[in-house]
Amino acid sequence: MIRIENLAKSFTLHNQGGAVIPVMAGAALAVGPGECVGLTGQSGAGKSTLMRMVYGNYLAAGGRLMVGALDVATAEPRDIIALRRRTLGYVSQFLRVVPRVPTLDVVAEPLLALGSPVDAARDRAASLLKRLNIPERLWSLSPTTFSGGEQQRVNIARGFAHAYPALLLDEPTASLDAANREVVLTLIEEAKARGAAILGIFHDEAARARVCDRLVDVTGFTPGLAA
Amino acid sequence: MTDQAYNFAYLDEQTKRMIRRAILKAIAVPGYQVPFASREMPMPYGWGTGGVQVTAACLVPEDRLKVIDQGADDTTNAVSIRRFFQRTAGVAVTEVTAEATVIQTRHRIPETPLTEGQILVYQVPIPEPLRFLEPRETETRKMHALEEYGLMHVKLYEDIARHGQIATSYAYPVKVEGRYVMDPSPIPKFDNPKLSGNPAIQLFGAGREQRIHALPPWTKAVSLDFDDHPFQTSKAPHDCDLCGARDSYLDEVITDDAGGRMFVCSDTDFCAGRRAKGHVGRLGEAT
Amino acid sequence: MTLHSTEFSQKIHDPDQPLLKVDGLTKRYGPRIGCADVSFDLYPGEVLGIVGESGSGKSTLLSCLAGHQRADLGRISYDGRDVLGMSETERRRLSRTDWAYVHQNPRDGLRMGVSAGGNVGERLMAVGARHYGDIRGKAVDWLGRVEIAADRIDDRPTAFSGGMQQRLQIARNLVTGPRLVFMDEPTGGLDVSVQARLLDLLRGLVRDLGLSVIIVTHDLAVVRLLAHRLMVMRSGRVVEQGLTDQVLDDPQHAYTQLLVSSVLQV
Repeated sequence: MIRIENLAKSFTLHNQGGAVIPVMAGAALAVGPGECVGLTGQSGAGKSTLMRMVYGNYLAAGGRLMVGALDVATAEPRDIIALRRRTLGYVSQFLRVVPRVPTLDVVAEPLLALGSPVDAARDRAASLLKRLNIPERLWSLSPTTFSGGEQQRVNIARGFAHAYPALLLDEPTASLDAANREVVLTLIEEAKARGAAILGIFHDEAARARVCDRLVDVTGFTPGLAA
Repeated sequence: MTDQAYNFAYLDEQTKRMIRRAILKAIAVPGYQVPFASREMPMPYGWGTGGVQVTAACLVPEDRLKVIDQGADDTTNAVSIRRFFQRTAGVAVTEVTAEATVIQTRHRIPETPLTEGQILVYQVPIPEPLRFLEPRETETRKMHALEEYGLMHVKLYEDIARHGQIATSYAYPVKVEGRYVMDPSPIPKFDNPKLSGNPAIQLFGAGREQRIHALPPWTKAVSLDFDDHPFQTSKAPHDCDLCGARDSYLDEVITDDAGGRMFVCSDTDFCAGRRAKGHVGRLGEAT
Repeated sequence: MTLHSTEFSQKIHDPDQPLLKVDGLTKRYGPRIGCADVSFDLYPGEVLGIVGESGSGKSTLLSCLAGHQRADLGRISYDGRDVLGMSETERRRLSRTDWAYVHQNPRDGLRMGVSAGGNVGERLMAVGARHYGDIRGKAVDWLGRVEIAADRIDDRPTAFSGGMQQRLQIARNLVTGPRLVFMDEPTGGLDVSVQARLLDLLRGLVRDLGLSVIIVTHDLAVVRLLAHRLMVMRSGRVVEQGLTDQVLDDPQHAYTQLLVSSVLQV
């Protein structure tokens, strides 16, 4: 489902004398349907960078980056938008939403974008929020005022609202208590069971051991660190 | 200086030609406002300088002129304009609608149906029907050119929203032959049906605004309206107190300070004609 | 209501064909460049953000696209029709029906002397609506969609707050079901809290009506939340374009990097 070949990335800092910083070279990995692959490597090794590249958030400097039949490295923006809408979900560490929009609608939005009826989308959102233990009295409020853990759970609910065939998870269990961590891990297992290909970053070793089928150390893709 | 130094009907020959050209163009394009180089007239703006120039350009020595102001032959404005043409053109004058060949009017169409060969000249204060909603002349011209008349209905919409009905009771806009929207000058909307299919030539002169527009004989002029708020004429729900007419447009006259009032035909010639034939109203005396 | 089907050209557009194709669009003011060699495609349902500082040519570009100014060079094709070759009648008809333009200052886009209902109804009447009851019904419906209470229908916009005026302007523009909306700093003069509400409203309308939108703004936060794609302009030229979050998070051009790094963090 996700196949990365010889992927490279560098940043050019035009406003700092045009310094070119190579951050990735020769990256390669594959994630099949129903499989969860965990990225490892020390902080700064490029785990998040790789995830962002898969999502199309960072531009690739070279190589192939297949998600389904689309090469994200060379795809047109509009194809990436369609990919994100239908195929590729992303749970980031940060919640970015329009202020003042109720939590229920924030979670339902990915389904509405796919043309799902409002009631069905809200029902699905409500059941996820309930599972993730967001008290119902908060659903009509904007999540921008929530605590870090609550925001994280809203973000997860949003990411799991639609049954994406491929999912990117960036520290989904960070800052969660044991009960909620359990819910999230169960959600991941359910996604795997329905055939989703998952690429994730898990610092929580127990979680990693429980859901990941394989681990890929990105240190090998990092120029300068590789040796 | 001899009489030859003066041109017939006040205007110099070049001005007269210029205005006649504008009139011909206005007749050729019914409802379209033709710009013309309006001259200073020996009367203030608002007293019919546009109408006077159009009348002067139309008059020939054989004409018989009638001048009315709100239907009346005997008000200051009507009398002074009539005298002006008696003096400068020497034409015959009349108060009888059917006898006149040229009728200059301010804010009325005579009750007596007009006939082919007659010319009705309107005095027009503001010829642009779109003006009150769109102040830019460049824009209103473009709207006419491109037939963008939605704004006229916005005005009628506002009327209904505010008053529950189309409250515009005079200067009620019409669409001419399905093309130009025209302001018929501040005639009461009671007169609007008479604009359409009229056998006479109808000319509209706006002196200050320097525009002439026209309705040639038998031209269709449809009053704008909504499907669910159709155009309706209106008049005071009375009969004329002098001649008893039931279907003429009425003026309300306050007769004392104790609430006394009477309704009389605004068209003085029409009223006098009926009374001469023996019709008597509530307060009238047989003549 | 007597509306001719051609006037509301709500035909189903092939979603894989661009609704708007712009090719080499150039506008000069004498020797100065307004915008130069701008090309892009806009697909149905897509929101394109155009950012850049004052004088970057983004507003010139928008007004050339909307036909308020004439471009010197280039081609614009809307739904397969050559926009620059159109007669003014056609173009103005298009801008009353299929297109909409939301001004930064609602006073530029509203008739301040006409009631809210009249403002919303104008475009309907302009395309031939002649049933008062229907027009009013549609006006009430649209006021509701932009969260203006139905009992304000006969009030003039002068009695409205800035945010309400802006929402009224949007209702007035969208009532004829346009497919392409131009927006010039639509959240410009508004309080932050009012801005948020408007952004949410716009997002919902874009999603529910499948609108294509070109939005010009200098507010990067606005485009991040609203635009699918982003064009960065400088000195009349497009220096970078791509996915909105990609351009903002991984800017490639020196100017974009400067622009992004200049935004104050909250």
